[in-house]
Amino acid sequence: MAISYQLKRADFIFKNENDWEQVLGNILKRSPQDLINELISSELKGRGGAGFPTGLKWKVASELKSDRKYVICNADEGEPGTFKDREILEKVPYKVLTAMVACGHVIGAKEGFIYLRGEYKFLESELLKVISEFEYYCKEINLDFKIKIFMGSGAYICGEETALFESMEGKRGEPRNKPPYPTNFGYMGCPTVINNVETLAHTFTIFKYGARKFYDLGVQYSRGTKLFSVSGDTPKPGIYELELGMSLQDFVYEFGDGDTKAVQVGGASGFLVPRKKFADTAIGYQGKLTGISLPTGGSMMLFNSSRSMYNVLDNYLEFFREESCGQCTPCRVGCQQLLIGIKAVKRGERPASYLDKLLRLTETMQITAKCGLGQSVANSFSSIVENFREEMIY
Amino acid sequence: MSPIQLLIKELADQYGRNRESLLPIMQGVVEQEKYLSEYSMVEIAREMDIPAAEVYGTATFYSFMEVQKMGRFIIRICKTITCAMKGKNQVLYAIQDMLKIQVGETTPDGRFSLLQTNCLGLCHKAPAMLINHNVYTDLTPEKVREIISEYMTK
Repeated sequence: MAISYQLKRADFIFKNENDWEQVLGNILKRSPQDLINELISSELKGRGGAGFPTGLKWKVASELKSDRKYVICNADEGEPGTFKDREILEKVPYKVLTAMVACGHVIGAKEGFIYLRGEYKFLESELLKVISEFEYYCKEINLDFKIKIFMGSGAYICGEETALFESMEGKRGEPRNKPPYPTNFGYMGCPTVINNVETLAHTFTIFKYGARKFYDLGVQYSRGTKLFSVSGDTPKPGIYELELGMSLQDFVYEFGDGDTKAVQVGGASGFLVPRKKFADTAIGYQGKLTGISLPTGGSMMLFNSSRSMYNVLDNYLEFFREESCGQCTPCRVGCQQLLIGIKAVKRGERPASYLDKLLRLTETMQITAKCGLGQSVANSFSSIVENFREEMIY
Repeated sequence: MSPIQLLIKELADQYGRNRESLLPIMQGVVEQEKYLSEYSMVEIAREMDIPAAEVYGTATFYSFMEVQKMGRFIIRICKTITCAMKGKNQVLYAIQDMLKIQVGETTPDGRFSLLQTNCLGLCHKAPAMLINHNVYTDLTPEKVREIISEYMTK
């Protein structure tokens, strides 16, 4: 059983603070080692979904010797049901930019990029204005650090960090083999720190208020707050900052419409949790004590009893089929066959037991696909098929 | 020099002729032309001194780089789950009915192209669509008719 936990709202990320120059000034006075220690003790983990400890990432990149290093802000927010990064870049871009300059200072990079998805082109002009303020600031204090925007062009897979580098290098956005990891071999083969927009915004809070403030929020293994993008069958869709570790039951009390049948945690590549498991599911990173704990990039999609889970899965699979980069066979062929397969079962052309074959296919994809896209199709597929099997068939 | 050759040269002067500049250059052409014709792809390849097949291969990877002729206004309506649940189809039918085109087609006057796209990151204001780079949210058939009518006069 997850520990019952009331929803705790917080207001850090979107709190408007007009003192970035002062905050950044204080950051730049501190040694890289000091800043890394602060980040590590905050236990901030990547908010894009994967949850890698941010302090460790900066530490590894800072220790490598290289003439060229890069800081990249991953704003290729493409996971269905996620829209928090857009809001951050719209409302508090200076927090993200402060963090990028701070990261440059820590690892010794002179250049930073914001990889902005093509769908968010409308943010570009405002963002450029804020960037020019930062460039002016850096010039004033003789700091050699430049920030550029690199526009994406409509490809979900480019949110995968190595695919993003490929895209920035002017190639098809096909993920690379890992290792080597970006901290060693990133953009142009140089050590690169790539962080999600929200992760960077959290570091602003940590550097301004201290790691303790952040660490005291949330639960063990899942410290701090997280932005949740709430959509679907809810009376109040939107973006909410909540402490990590909440139970899904509490979440549904707050955001459900009274008839919530299931919640998709983490977007199409995450898990579908049916009503009977709400109470046992906590939202946070995997820990030994927390029972079922689901990490998420923040996408929370609610479905009420009027929704057919078959349609939901069909929609996800079509998404994956289109967004698979096509490079590795398990993902390219797997996504196509899963979609063909569930359609055939639905039409009665295949027996219900065919679903088990498809489940085995997702297991194969989980083991053999090259990157997170193909590997994570199994998450939503198995959680939907296993919990709503009858809806797949009839 | 043709106007497109000139544009490509200007873009290459601005962004450089390294491989990293390929996306910005292609984006610059798409910005003006709305798509990458075979001619522009060959010209980009010539300007950057890389194989045309590389340009084509890269362009076709990205869904916002069309290689078919597109209208002046590209409508991209989100079809991912939340928008689909919140009445995307009704909005789509309203557009199709108004413009007399199907998804993937362009109006004969070359003004509109209609496409479906994956999650636009506007799920809390679903259904949503883009017309070129402009965002429209909380769509209804009535609302979308008004929006399209406005574009018809542009």
